[in-house]
Amino acid sequence: MSGFLSDARDFLPILLSGLWVTIAITFCSLLLSVVLGLAWALLGTSRFVLLRGVSRVVINTVRGIPILVQLFYIYFVLPQLGITLNAFLAGVAGLGLAYSVYQAENFRAGFASVDRSLIETAESLGMPHATIVRRLILPLAVRVILPPFGNTSIMLLKDSSIASTITVAELTRQGQLLAVSTFKNMTVYTLVALLYLAMSLPLSYLTRRLERRFAVR
Amino acid sequence: MIEVREIHKAFGEHQVLRGVTFSIAKGEVVCLIGPSGSGKSTALRCINGLERFDQGAIAVDGIALSDRTLREIRGKVAMVFQRFNLFPHRTVIENVMEGPVHVQKVSPAEARDRALGLLEKVGLRARAGAYPSQLSGGQQQRVCIARALAMRPQAILFDEPTSALDPELVGDVLRVIRALAAEGMTMVVVTHEMAFAREVADRVLFMDGGVILESGPARDVLTTPRMERTRSFLDRVIHPL
Repeated sequence: MSGFLSDARDFLPILLSGLWVTIAITFCSLLLSVVLGLAWALLGTSRFVLLRGVSRVVINTVRGIPILVQLFYIYFVLPQLGITLNAFLAGVAGLGLAYSVYQAENFRAGFASVDRSLIETAESLGMPHATIVRRLILPLAVRVILPPFGNTSIMLLKDSSIASTITVAELTRQGQLLAVSTFKNMTVYTLVALLYLAMSLPLSYLTRRLERRFAVR
Repeated sequence: MIEVREIHKAFGEHQVLRGVTFSIAKGEVVCLIGPSGSGKSTALRCINGLERFDQGAIAVDGIALSDRTLREIRGKVAMVFQRFNLFPHRTVIENVMEGPVHVQKVSPAEARDRALGLLEKVGLRARAGAYPSQLSGGQQQRVCIARALAMRPQAILFDEPTSALDPELVGDVLRVIRALAAEGMTMVVVTHEMAFAREVADRVLFMDGGVILESGPARDVLTTPRMERTRSFLDRVIHPL
């Protein structure tokens, strides 16, 4: 046990530097996934068949390819096509894109949950469309979107470890490097697992609180 | 005040309105009755632009209804629906203030005063801070009426305002509408409440198969209808067994 603690003291600074990268990559790809997901969801409700088709094709394609393969594609194949991203940006782009399709489904379900007759009521008051979205659709949709959104965020946090495969120096990658050079697999991976929990548990708690705050009265 | 001329409307193959024409004078209360599927609600929804029509014309206060005038007309004609569509995430008073503040850009303080006055009028001032889910159906519908009035409309359209209510709550809502009639509010009411129509309506329009078959003073149409279809409809409504 004292061996574990002294090893932990040595390893933690390195692992913490990885932890910050994990937080950064999770945050950036979450942001990207929300923006893209919103775009797919809105395209999916478009009046135009073509735009709805685009949304459908993107969602099915991205959902059908493993995240690992998407990351390899962006990091190793795109440079051959003249698009070179550094490892961190490639990770953000890949995770953000992969997760955008799950976000799109969350958003779609949220918007679909808003009672059509409420929108009609707002229209009958003469409310402009933008105001209806802001005052009615978003606040009501958020209640439906939030629980799966929290879930998706936690999954994204964990899946950010896949970026270790394209050399992003995040938590899992730092752990791997330490484990390989010290052979202290148990200490290293126990610490890595605890550090992931230290991030995901507060996220669960935050989601729960937000859900309560937006709960239907 | 409201002019509806020769409107036609089809939902796909199904022709719902086949040339509906009527006009409503200022201060008049008109009840629109008829069997379900006769097009009453659709005709009413056309006036507020919630339903588009294929042919014909509608004018409110001399302004022809079009995409360009839609919002102006909605400002003149408020609507109360069968289902009490209160915004579930806002309190009673916020529901009533929503239109004035976010459509008419009235200051929140003024809108609040206006809302409290109207809630007083529908007997719900004490529930101003409640959420819609904490109210009975009849109370919710009265808040809907207050919300419509808050827009200071020149006319109110009611689409079966009591059809979704438990029978013992119908009276509270009808009393509020009757009080509005007494104040001279212009109203068009789609309803199955014949006793209410007889007492409150200046005129009754009987619709069937997408046209207005008969219209006239309430007691004439309801007690001595000229058309056989009106007679058999009234017979079925008044003696359901």
